[in-house]
Parts: sequence; structure tokens; C-alpha cells
Amino acid sequence: MLSKSTNNGLAIEVNGLTKTFGNFTAVDGISFEVFRGEFFGFLGPNGAGKTTTIRMLTGIIGKSGGEARVMGFPAGSIEAKQLSGVVPEQSNVYMDLSAWRNLMMTAGLYRIPSHKARERAEDLLKQLGLYERKDSLAREYSMGMRKRLLLAVALIGDPEIVFLDEPTSGLDVQSTRFIRSLLNSLRREGKTFFLTTHNMNEAAEMCSRVAIINQGKLVAMDTPENLRIVVGKVSMIDVTFDKPVSEEELKGIPGVMRVESSQAIEAAERMKATTAMRGPGPGRMGPGLGGGGAPRGPGSPGMGKIQGPDMSQFGPSANGEKQQAANRFRLHTEDTGGVIVALVDFSRQNNVKMNIMNVSPPSLEDAFVMLTAEAKHEE
Amino acid sequence: MKNRVLDQIVRSLTLVKKDVLIYYSRGPVILMGILWPAIMFISFAFGRGMAIENLMPGLIGVSVFFTCSAISPVAFPFETAQRTLERLISSPVAIWTILFGDMLASAIVGIIISAVPILIAVGFGVTFTSPLALVLAIIIGSICFATMSLLLAVAPVSGPQYTQMLATLTKFPLMFISGVFIPLDRLPEAARAVSYISPLTYFTDIARYATGHSSYLPIYIDYLAIIAFTIMFWILAVKLHNMTLPKRV
Repeated sequence: MLSKSTNNGLAIEVNGLTKTFGNFTAVDGISFEVFRGEFFGFLGPNGAGKTTTIRMLTGIIGKSGGEARVMGFPAGSIEAKQLSGVVPEQSNVYMDLSAWRNLMMTAGLYRIPSHKARERAEDLLKQLGLYERKDSLAREYSMGMRKRLLLAVALIGDPEIVFLDEPTSGLDVQSTRFIRSLLNSLRREGKTFFLTTHNMNEAAEMCSRVAIINQGKLVAMDTPENLRIVVGKVSMIDVTFDKPVSEEELKGIPGVMRVESSQAIEAAERMKATTAMRGPGPGRMGPGLGGGGAPRGPGSPGMGKIQGPDMSQFGPSANGEKQQAANRFRLHTEDTGGVIVALVDFSRQNNVKMNIMNVSPPSLEDAFVMLTAEAKHEE
Repeated sequence: MKNRVLDQIVRSLTLVKKDVLIYYSRGPVILMGILWPAIMFISFAFGRGMAIENLMPGLIGVSVFFTCSAISPVAFPFETAQRTLERLISSPVAIWTILFGDMLASAIVGIIISAVPILIAVGFGVTFTSPLALVLAIIIGSICFATMSLLLAVAPVSGPQYTQMLATLTKFPLMFISGVFIPLDRLPEAARAVSYISPLTYFTDIARYATGHSSYLPIYIDYLAIIAFTIMFWILAVKLHNMTLPKRV
């Protein structure tokens, strides 16, 4: 059997890692480290180099330059692969083999003793809700079941590090939650996870640190919380009035740094949806969904729906939703409390009602969009 | 180093099992393995009136040759398309381990299928004067042909039709230049010179010897030639697959 890993506290060490395809540089000299036991997120827009990086780290493709070590061994070496499990974005189990045989085959490749392999396969299939269908061919499985089988196959060798490439993409809410909860329990066992995802909620919820790659280069690496701070200490207050209000007057409120009209909010939301990612962004729930305003709901971290002192009188406006959308504004401020008080005063003085008010700090998605857009702009 | 190689060989046995389950235990594949020698026998023995004792050495050779080289050219592109090759590469196995597993599976099936023409031969009264020589030839010949088939799978394509075409274009001409149906001593000088580039030539020569005929070459030369071809095919297969693999995944 192969020797276990060296113990320098690092699960992944990447230094100047580069991959070129002809004249195209897919990954451009990136460097980062992942600690053992860490849940590390690797984010980036489509074509940024995420999957190429994960494929180099798992030995599927070779590197063009730089160095990469996994669990202390050169990436792609037999020793590194022995300690790794891989969940690819697209299913690659043997469709003509049953779930059980897929697991046994993988266990054989990892040289797991057969009695241990059977025990572990049974446990995994039970945990993942596949035991009853263990003898069905993989081709008879639904997409969600195949994803769970991929996870079981990745874990059969009891790896120290698991590479997850979009593990929940295309799954329904139940399957996604199930997989996330399983990953969280495995994390408590001390396994290291390297996750690529388009889903910022997933990254913010599960990862202790994230790196953002754009056009082959790392543009940021920190905790999700710190990356939000990178965007600034600026909070956004989304407010919808029952009557038209002058944008200029709102700009005059002390502490307001910038005001966006409903059109600007909609344009920003559209850009966020099309430029950045496929998955749902954080907090796209609550009032204003699809209309562009008040984009964050109570599920978003650090966010609250604020009701002013006289909110009881702020019933839904007689105007239609279109009217409401036209009366929607986003105020940027570093003095959230002061601006809320000023808004209440403003509404009283101008005899307008605030139908909806949402306060949200910058999300990871905001940080992601800003950082990837900045890199593009600089280029 | 020795332990590492042994460790990988043990892992390759898992791939043998996988190949048998996925490719070789299919009804059509088994049927083809049985029918192919039977059809060849009927065509040449009854259709062309060839003497059975002259036909059988070549028929054993052709059966083993075609069986051993049937699956690898299909399996590699198929596994590329299914992305299962990617799964194997991310597992703790070397590329040569994957090739070795595939080769071993093909060779084992070739050895088993060789029983079909042998049984036909025995059924029609052919006597094997040197059965051990034949068994040894079948074992090393199967390994050689299976290794050759790895070369037919080198092209980094994801459609089996391309590699199958290449395999057909390679295998059929080899069948005709290898003294399968006309013994080497009766071949024209030029044809005989060409026949030396085919490992099937040496296998057939041993099979002829094993059925009571005299071999054209000393049989130790036949064995050595087959072993030399195997080593050459293996080195080339590992080198070329290492080169083309990045284009597959």
C-alpha cells in the first residue's frame, strides 16, 4: 500500500500553476494554499479556469508550468490520488454497472480490502439513500441519484481530500440540501474539501475561505465575510414609496452616498444574472423579485427587513406593481441607522409612505461580481 | 519500485473484472466469439474444400487474433465519450495500469475463445502432436495480439467507428499476409518476406507445428518473435497513450 501524506498542515499547495492550450492560457500562474480540514471554495465565472485547475490537481490533465502538491505529494501522482476523491461536474460512473459494482470497482482501484469495501459501500449507500437500489444499473438512476452515487464513489476510498466540481448543479432543493448536509458532517470528520461552484449561497454557507478566479488569474482569496468587506462597508437600503419621489431629494438626505433608480437597479440585477453565474444569487426572494428592486430576503445573511415606526399606516399602495417599481430606489450608505431615521422623517415631511424597506450588506455575490468585473475592466 | 509495480498490477485486476463485466460478458460478444471460428471453418472446409488439418492451425490463429483485438479499439473511445476514462485517470492508477488491465482482459478472453476452434479441430479428428507448444503459443500469442490492439486504440477519438475502421484496415490485411491459409513454405518469396512483419505469422507457424506439420521456422524463433513483438507493442502503446491521453480528457 502507498504511504500516507506528509504532515505540513497543508492539503493543497499551488505555486505559479499554469495551463495553456495552444496559444490560450486557461490558468495563468495561480498560487494558493488550502489547509487540512478546510472547506475551500474556488469560484469564477464560466471559462475562468476552475475546472482546468481541478483537473490539474486531480491528475486528469497535466500542467504547463508551476507546481502543485496535494496532501504533500505532487498533484496527479499515485500517492496524491490515493488520498483524494473526486466528484466531477458531469457523471462518469459506469452506466452499465450497478451502484454496488461501481463502488466495488472503485474500492478495487484504491486497494481497499474487500470486507472493508463492502462495509463502507453499505454505509455510504444507506447514508445517501441508495441502498434499496444498490443493484440497479447506474443508467436507471435519476440525475439526483447519480450525483449521490458520484459522491459515494468519491468517498469509498476514505479520502483525506475531496474535490467537488459543481456537486449540486442541476439538482432539486431537497437533493441539494441533502448533499450539503452530508458534506458538512464529513467536514466535521476532518476531511478537506475543494469546491468549485457557481452558487454563491453554497459557497458562502459552506466554505471557510474562497478564492475567485477570473480569466485564469486569481483575483481574490479570503473568507466570504472578508470578501464582502472588500466591496466596502457600504450597505444598501432598498426602499419603495407609494408615490413618485425625486431622486435628487433622496440624494440630499445626510449620509446617502449614492442613489439608484429602479431602472438602474434592474439593469444591475440583469447584469448580475447574465454576467456572473447560472445559479440563484443570495436573497433573490421577498418583495421585488424579478422586478429588480428589494432583491434580498430574510434568508440572506446579515440582512433584515426594516419597518419604520409608523409602518402600520404603510399598507400596500393603491398603485399597481408597475407604479411601485417606478418608485423604488436603492440608497448606498455607510451610516445605515442614520439614513433609516432620515428616511422616516423624509416620508413624513413629504407625505409619502414607505411600502417596503430592505437593508442588506454586500453579499458574496456582490463581491464576486465586483471583483470579476474589475478584473475585466482592468484588462 | 518492485512493490509499486506489483501494487499497480493488483489494481489492474479490478480493470480486468470491469472489462469482462462491461464488454466481454455481453451476449452478442460471446456469440460472436463462438460463431466467428465456426463460420470461418464452414466457409473454408466446406465452401472451399480446404483440408481440415491444413485449415485448423490458421483458424486457431485467426480466432485468437480477432478475439484479442476486438474490444480495446472500441473500449477506449467508448470510455472517452462516457467520461469513465477520466474517472480511471483520477483514480490511483497509472496509465500503464489501465492499459495492462485492458490487455489482460483481452488476452484472457482470447485464451478462452481459442477453445472453440480447438474443439472443432478435435471434433473433426485433427491430432495435436505438441499440445504444450500450442498452449504456450496461445498464451503468449493472446498477450501479443491484445497488446497490439492497444495500439489500434491510440487515436484520441470519442467515436468507436473511427478506431474500428483503423482496426479493420489493419487486421484483415494481416490475416492475408500471415500464412494463415497458405503455409509459409508455399508463399512466394516476396509475400513471405512481408509475412515476417506480422506476429500472426509466427503464431500460425507454431500452431502448424503443434498439429503435426513441420514449422517453417524453428519454433523457438517463433516464440522469440512473438515476445519481441509484444515488448515492442507494449512500449509503443504506453508511449503513444501517454501522448494522446491529454487530448482525450
